[in-house]
Amino acid sequence: MDEVEVAITRVAREEGGQVLALLARRFGDLDLAEDAVQEALIEAAGTWPRDGVPENTIGWLTVVARRKAIDRLRREESRVRRTLAAAEDLARIRPDSDEDSGHPMLVPDDSVPDERLRLMLLCCHPALAQEAQVALTLRLVGGLTTDEIAAAFLVPEATLAQRIVRAKRKIRDAGIPMSIPADLHDRLGAVLAVLYLVFNEGYLGHSADAGHQRLDLADESVRLTRLLVDLAPGDAEVEGLLALELFHRSRSASRTDRRGRMVLLEEQDRTAWDLAAIGEANEILAAAMRRMSPGPYQLQAVIAAYHANAPTAGDTDWPGIATVYAQLAAVTGSPVVALNRAVAVAMADGPAAGLRLLDDVEGLDDYHLLHSTRAALLDRLGRTEEARASYERALELVTNSAEAAYLRDRRDALA
Amino acid sequence: MEYMILIHSDESYEAPTPGTPEFEEFMGAFLAYNQSLIDGGHWVSAANLQPSVTATTVRKSFGAASTVFDGPFAESKEQLGGYYVVSAADLDEVIALVEALPIPMASFEIRPIAFRPDAG
Repeated sequence: MDEVEVAITRVAREEGGQVLALLARRFGDLDLAEDAVQEALIEAAGTWPRDGVPENTIGWLTVVARRKAIDRLRREESRVRRTLAAAEDLARIRPDSDEDSGHPMLVPDDSVPDERLRLMLLCCHPALAQEAQVALTLRLVGGLTTDEIAAAFLVPEATLAQRIVRAKRKIRDAGIPMSIPADLHDRLGAVLAVLYLVFNEGYLGHSADAGHQRLDLADESVRLTRLLVDLAPGDAEVEGLLALELFHRSRSASRTDRRGRMVLLEEQDRTAWDLAAIGEANEILAAAMRRMSPGPYQLQAVIAAYHANAPTAGDTDWPGIATVYAQLAAVTGSPVVALNRAVAVAMADGPAAGLRLLDDVEGLDDYHLLHSTRAALLDRLGRTEEARASYERALELVTNSAEAAYLRDRRDALA
Repeated sequence: MEYMILIHSDESYEAPTPGTPEFEEFMGAFLAYNQSLIDGGHWVSAANLQPSVTATTVRKSFGAASTVFDGPFAESKEQLGGYYVVSAADLDEVIALVEALPIPMASFEIRPIAFRPDAG
């Protein structure tokens, strides 16, 4: 990519959502806003190589996209007018005369965070299915292209495009508003769920297999979570999610070996961890917890912090981690959390104690990690044949190839 | 915009009997709610339906003779029991109206109205 292409991609991702949010509010039409931003970016690709990248790219994008939107409205109006030539009233509906004067309109800085927050809340409105929320957020807020998103989630581009079209149609026809609701904290929960899902898809999902060809969804999620911290300042759970993502991200260099195989936390080379990311996450988490408004993302970040701040695997404070997992299990009622709690208890109090908790976990019979965890605990208790059977079951269920390779190694290492 | 709120509820749940204090409270809450819709400019229309045992379904298919049969369109535990048509600025406003409805247990399907011939 040359310099101009890099600049346009950056503008699309970092500034496109902002301009789109502004126009969508101004014109009350998401499709119009999206098309206008796309047309402006196409114009940038045509003129910037010749004229150079403007100094104030967002100002440029705002002015040009706004003009594109107005041009489009004009065309539609004139089409309607021709069609309904008899309806003279329509001819009197004219846009304000200064609308197309084209002189630079400054972006009203103080209103922009609000507009982007509104757009993010709109994309994650509970009246939309979560897969649509994910696609819309990455497309409209993140400025990613449909083929980038489709590739990242391993779905055909047509499917993804269809998902976005349907969601936008519902937003328009059902009258889903671009507003900041009174129960902002509750609605932010849906945004956090989408961002964390995107992060996990990039970090551990099927697409984590993809190597470097694909867009890094985990990085995109961190970028959008940072944005949300700016847009909804003072929300402890938003900060909790950002800290959690940064803790996970700090280990990305040591999570897989040279052949792409997964390396367990306790076996990772801790000197390869990103200390700057850990330091930043520690500060963000501390700030979040001072707000005295606990929640599941902060609790998960506390657990991640215990790991990230242990100099060696042997220094890990497992009793502390087990306590936080007990709180998290109580808050979320999630069987996956109960599974993780059993692991922490096994580390703190021995495999028999962990296995007892594992036996109480319900609803995870099709989850490979339940079986691989059971296998590891059984192995430590010397119950080798039962351990082998559990590894076999885990291997039937696993989908990520790095994890599968790891499980085969473990099974083959049994006595 | 106008929206229809379709109220689907479990018919085995018994509403209070007319004449009892519980019934007065139940109806009082509805009258107050309906008044709040009128005062807020949301009221368009509403109806409470007889239970689905009274339902008759007529099925028509291109060219074929229509058939009439006993029962509701779909057999399910939750049946359509009534509706509201409300006027609201957007979906969030309708969701808030539904949350304020004095019905403790039901599913409320919200559908935007595309066209209503009797709209003035």
